[in-house]
Amino acid sequence: MPLSPEQIQRLARLARVAVSPEESSAVREQLNRVLKLIDELRAVDTTGIEPMSHPVAELIPAGQRLRDDEVTESDCHAEYQPVAPAVERGLYLVPKVIE
Amino acid sequence: MLNSTLCELSAALERRAISSVELTRLFLDRVERLNGALNAFITVDAQRSLGEAHAADQVRAAGGAGPLTGIPVAHKDIFCTRGMLTTCGSKMLADFVSPYDAHVIERFASAGAVLLGKTNMDEFAMGSSSESSFFGPVRNPWDRARVPGGSSGGSAAAVAARLAPAATGTDTGGSIRQPAAFTGVCGLKPTYGVVSRYGMVAFASSLDQGGPMAKTAQDLALLMNVMGGHDARDSTSLARDAEDYTRELQTPLAGLRIGLPREYFGTGCAPHVLARVREAIAWFESQGAKLIDLALPNSGLALAAYYVIAPAEASSNLSRFDGVRYGHRARAYGDLADMYCRTRAEGFGAEVKRRILIGTYVLSHGYYDAYYLQAQKVRRLIARDLAAAFARCDVIMGPTAPSTAFPLGANADDPVQMYLNDIYTIPAPLSGLPALSIPCGFDGAGLPIGLQLTGSHFAEARLLGAAHRYQQATDWHLRVPAETPL
Repeated sequence: MPLSPEQIQRLARLARVAVSPEESSAVREQLNRVLKLIDELRAVDTTGIEPMSHPVAELIPAGQRLRDDEVTESDCHAEYQPVAPAVERGLYLVPKVIE
Repeated sequence: MLNSTLCELSAALERRAISSVELTRLFLDRVERLNGALNAFITVDAQRSLGEAHAADQVRAAGGAGPLTGIPVAHKDIFCTRGMLTTCGSKMLADFVSPYDAHVIERFASAGAVLLGKTNMDEFAMGSSSESSFFGPVRNPWDRARVPGGSSGGSAAAVAARLAPAATGTDTGGSIRQPAAFTGVCGLKPTYGVVSRYGMVAFASSLDQGGPMAKTAQDLALLMNVMGGHDARDSTSLARDAEDYTRELQTPLAGLRIGLPREYFGTGCAPHVLARVREAIAWFESQGAKLIDLALPNSGLALAAYYVIAPAEASSNLSRFDGVRYGHRARAYGDLADMYCRTRAEGFGAEVKRRILIGTYVLSHGYYDAYYLQAQKVRRLIARDLAAAFARCDVIMGPTAPSTAFPLGANADDPVQMYLNDIYTIPAPLSGLPALSIPCGFDGAGLPIGLQLTGSHFAEARLLGAAHRYQQATDWHLRVPAETPL
């Protein structure tokens, strides 16, 4: 089913990507083309088929490996923060969230 | 030297016919001369490269050289490099300098290879033409009015124009193999879990896999010996013994069972592509290989399944780009939510936004079962088809892409038309299988055509062996574009 302009705005909000009113109709038209492609899936009979989330799960019978619950990294904030847009005294700055 | 294989370069370095500094300078000069026209590289740091080359020469003088010591290698700009830009072709990361190296970068460094530069690509590896880069489109060395394919188009163009002897790429739905086909080079997507994804900017984590691009299958094997192997920092990296990917290069072709899926030889493929692919397959038959007719009845659904699964994973992975810890942040904004929305609207290009929105839709309440779970079920049907096929054959052959390189801008208005480029390359990553593209001829306009070989899990060495035998008998892989003469 094609997406309505309201649905586009709702998706944009969920995805935290602003879609301006000027872009909206082009975005909608292109998303609807993609939806038409993926709608092919809906008619396929998949009764009794397990969803496949890992491409080679059968090659690792023990399941996906988990690391031991141990501290392996030291404090790296001096190395990591120089690439942040706004930091002060070792803290990441964002707009005020609590009044 | 410019048209030499890695084996030849390695031998030349070993007999001191050339030093790594000289070799690196040779390629840096060529990049400087030709990159303006091709836009294959985003970042080149000549001083750093020459420093690494000098260090490699010292290692060799001390007797500690391996096969790749002193050889310049270009890396797709999706692999994090400490102290150097890693942009992923996006405005979002246009100024990002990673505080650490990707596993693949570490492996090449410890093998003594020289980092030649970072190659251009579709933004966040989402595309089949390398046109969606924030840094402008890459051009195909065989015809600069055409695309090199994508998303690893910069790496492909660099190897094709002999700006680099070898390069790395990543493949999610065909991003190594399709550009390899469009530019007349070789590219391998390994079995999922063979090459660590640590430090490789994530697009769709159940599909993404790094791999090598080079002039010959033998070179790919040498590069895989460096890239492959277990890494505890990637939870999907498979714990296996180290492999020698050159071990099957001399294996004869007699008795090799080649599966030919009917679906790959239909009307969706350009006739001149099919003609060259059939000639290549006939050569394998003349060497004693057996041809086996196959059906992959669910392969027609692969594109639809992929364009649910990949955007779903992308929408989740790319939520990390929030303008807080790294990357672009909008200049003007109101509250926190507004900062996120504006930052992401400014930082991402149109195709990336489209995929985030589609991914958000298929994962949203009320649509999850109908799209996302259904796509994962169809994924299993496709994987089962291939598993059944590999009970009857050793390698599946067919075209890599349904056409040769198309003109820049040709698919600009229709994303689905662009997606159709990946119709033959998507089933392998959906199933976690290794697949390789090698050049097998040219169309009437002189554009390269790729032959795709797909194998069962961990069959990389067998695929490389079959490809190597073909390259002993043909010279498609040694042809150089007329626009970038040696």
